[in-house]
Amino acid sequence: MNDTIVALSSGRPPAAIAVVRTSGPDAFAAAEALVGPVPAARKAVLRRLTDPRDGALIDEALVVRFDAPNSATGEDIVEYQCHGGRATIDALINALISQAGVRQAEAGEFTRRALANGRIDLTEAEGLADLLAAETELQRRSAMARAGGELRRRLDGWRDRLLELSARAEVAIDYADEEEGSGDAQLRPDIRLLGGDMSQLVDSPRIEPLRDGIRVAVAGPPNAGKSSLVNMLAQSEKAIVTHIPGTTRDLIEVPIAIDGIPFVLVDTAGLRESDDVVETIGIERARGEAERAELLLWLGEARQAPDRPGVIQISAKTDLGGSAEGLPVSVVTGQGGAQLKRELVERGRQLLPTADELALDRRQHDLLAEGQSALSRAADLDDPVLIAEELRVARLAIDRISGRAGVEDLLDALFARFCLGK
Amino acid sequence: MFDVLVIGGGHAGCEAACAAARRGARVALLTFRTDDLGQMSCNPSIGGVGKGHLVREVDAMGGIMARAADRAAIHRRMLNASKGSAVRGPRVQADRALYRRAVAELVREAGVRLIEGEAIALRMHGSAVNGVELADGSTLDARAVVLATGTFLDATMFRGEERWSGGRQGGEASNALAGQIRELGLAQAKLKTGTPPRLDGKTIDWVRTQAQPSDRDAWTMALAANPKPQPQLSCAITRTNERSHDVIRAGLGRSPLFAGAIEGRGPRYCPSIEDKVHRFGDRDGHQIFLEPEGLDSRLVYPNGISTSLPTDVQLGLVRSISGLERCEIVQPGYAVEYEYADPRRLEPTLQHREIGCLLFAGQLNGTTGYEEAAAQGLVAGLNAAAISLGVAEARFDRGTSYIGVMVDDLTLQGASEPYRMLTARSEYRLYLRADNAVSRLGPMAIDLGALDDDQAGRVRDHLDAKTKATAALDERIAGAELGLDGPSRKPLSDWARRDDLIERIRLRLGNGPAANEALDDAIYAPYLTRLASELAARTRDRKLAIPPQFDFTQVPGLSSEMQERLNAASPADLDQAGRVAGVTPAALSALHFALVRQAA
Repeated sequence: MNDTIVALSSGRPPAAIAVVRTSGPDAFAAAEALVGPVPAARKAVLRRLTDPRDGALIDEALVVRFDAPNSATGEDIVEYQCHGGRATIDALINALISQAGVRQAEAGEFTRRALANGRIDLTEAEGLADLLAAETELQRRSAMARAGGELRRRLDGWRDRLLELSARAEVAIDYADEEEGSGDAQLRPDIRLLGGDMSQLVDSPRIEPLRDGIRVAVAGPPNAGKSSLVNMLAQSEKAIVTHIPGTTRDLIEVPIAIDGIPFVLVDTAGLRESDDVVETIGIERARGEAERAELLLWLGEARQAPDRPGVIQISAKTDLGGSAEGLPVSVVTGQGGAQLKRELVERGRQLLPTADELALDRRQHDLLAEGQSALSRAADLDDPVLIAEELRVARLAIDRISGRAGVEDLLDALFARFCLGK
Repeated sequence: MFDVLVIGGGHAGCEAACAAARRGARVALLTFRTDDLGQMSCNPSIGGVGKGHLVREVDAMGGIMARAADRAAIHRRMLNASKGSAVRGPRVQADRALYRRAVAELVREAGVRLIEGEAIALRMHGSAVNGVELADGSTLDARAVVLATGTFLDATMFRGEERWSGGRQGGEASNALAGQIRELGLAQAKLKTGTPPRLDGKTIDWVRTQAQPSDRDAWTMALAANPKPQPQLSCAITRTNERSHDVIRAGLGRSPLFAGAIEGRGPRYCPSIEDKVHRFGDRDGHQIFLEPEGLDSRLVYPNGISTSLPTDVQLGLVRSISGLERCEIVQPGYAVEYEYADPRRLEPTLQHREIGCLLFAGQLNGTTGYEEAAAQGLVAGLNAAAISLGVAEARFDRGTSYIGVMVDDLTLQGASEPYRMLTARSEYRLYLRADNAVSRLGPMAIDLGALDDDQAGRVRDHLDAKTKATAALDERIAGAELGLDGPSRKPLSDWARRDDLIERIRLRLGNGPAANEALDDAIYAPYLTRLASELAARTRDRKLAIPPQFDFTQVPGLSSEMQERLNAASPADLDQAGRVAGVTPAALSALHFALVRQAA
């Protein structure tokens, strides 16, 4: 962290306004070189930005300064809000990196510095990652809840309650001879209560469908019209459609959004017996996806549909006499398209966290579920020692979510998502 | 010239001296009074929940406390007897005089040389200690010195409006040495501990109290059999009441604690009766245990009313209690305020980090309790021998012993209030049982040469018996052999999961200590498996070492208080850093980044 990084912090140009951010020990010096005296902290002032190399005017922009350690990254920060044309942004960034100690930031580097300087904790960083990746309003609001520390606050609240329960369990053990805490008949009901509160979040929809899109597998026998259906829903020609069976050999993923809900349509190989090695692999993948995806559009015979929840039976190629059961859809006439979309949206909504509802990712969910089962076990035990042990296990699970314990493991998971350089 | 010099003849000092001697060191024990060894300053009992675990561990390492306790025991009680073996705490009440005698015998048998005198200064050679200077002008040379001065380092006693210098009733304070220790920057702050009045048992109306007899089962603290068990006495239970509380409240203004005279913080765990009434004023009474002090003594120790109230108030308090209406106080209660040394400056061997050949053990490090002192004495003694003889160090891990938990807590967190052992302090409580100390520590004790031959033999016998019992539990047997119908054949340990079969299995295995221990292992097995994997998960963080001179002020994002705490604690790795009190997840990740960057 000896150098100063710069990056475009706003969206893809061209836009009306762009925000270019610098963070590091030379941020102020670089700003001075471009704008003259740096304004007082947290005061946005209009300044002319000139290229120090040749004095050329780059732009007129708002400049804001944040002093370490009370800034987003914990370092000195200067933000430039300039016009959002590509050329302007490039000129500004080039001028900045011409200054000593300044360079282009790597992906995620600002957040990494915020983490390294203790400005955010790991659950907030995870939420922030999701926030940056959010493409729909629903995704944004959900990520906001986590990036804003809502999850951490919930966890802290549970941790405090766990500590109080533990204290009550422990006192009966370590102070056996004294009367303190003997006969705490309320302990187990209170443990059950906390477990119940936690289970609400455990059972609620996870973040992956929202963040990555609800996976909708489109499966059935060869030539049933799967690829055409995908293209119709996606309103583009992503999947290759021919009359020859076995055209789709692998999974083709097509992300779409309907009514703000993110889906990933997954076109699959037609299910049949095959001698072709490559096709066989595709068929296995297709079967796997048909089982795992959150929703399944089944284009084959109704009685051959996989036995699982979330199946929508489609009667495709009705104009060519396809399967009679299910929602009739014709890619040629467009019939049934709107209805299918409505059906997808309705089912999709149930699978997603509601706006502002906290949603956990797999790692967080699994740990919280561990904690919650420890509490369920504790509520049914008689031996106070075992109760105390299960409470400890629950506390440990909560701590691992926020990174108090097992720091390495948590950072591993985070780095895997954040594509941070070393 | 001695190999090891121990200063202080209390519980820490005696264990330290004997431990060093067992490893072959020439040991001298320096004390004000040689007839004062093993003096119990306060409660005449040894053991309890957590404390009892420590005593058994000290015994597994060849120490003397458990054996002395058995020889002097006049009342025994296994606490938490109905709650499962992980938290069963053996506790005995001892005849004070017999206990002192037993300790003196054991110290003599160990070949320790007793020297009566006062140390007024440590002698240094460079940055290492090499002996002491005595008040009479003579010097004692030693390769390693263990400081086990307890509450004597600049101690003041308080009762009501009185105050006087001294570490214990009838004992002098050690102020000259305290001055030097302060100059060396070793002394830290003050702590306070209290003691109740001693009562004349002949003036107690026992009929109005509730008797509590000694346990029928004559279990022992030590692995070794008890050659001459004492007759057992009952103790009695009574309570304070509203009138007692009124007396106390009326006298609060004259209590040094509330008049602000005592600087140190009192123990949170057994506060004075003034604290109890002040903080839990709405309770209608607090329980008191009346404990006889000896077979030939009329003194009774009322456990639960530690106090520093003036004598007349104490009398009013005592007389308000059921059964004590005509009771006479033989020795009024008092509080001691004493200086202690910050244990964060110590290595896990209890050796000082900067001053060579100097170790600290006992209440001096901010602990409270004889058992805590003895365990530290053991650690310091074993390591003083290591330094002076050039043999292996003794390191205790919090995953395998309460001794390890205590040493880790003290050296990492320090002591802002007197540290007392609780089983709650350990994450591995189901593994650290009072009944399996020998299995956990026996092999290490043998490797270190910490056991005399007899004890080594006993430990080996126990380990063998345990191995056999464990093998027996692995055997598959048919349900029929346990009196059940049906053809199932399962390992005995599986059958042990059923509550209704445990007793039968226990008898089948022979009901001896090793067999019972193996059975408990089987019963707790699923939990123990989980503990093992937790320990393994910790290993990753342990691998991220923090270099000894690491400067925490260089880690951005840490509050200055956090930085100070980490600097003082000097954690060895990320796992330890995570345990330092108050470290937030954000701070931990900032530290992690800093370490990784530095290593790169």
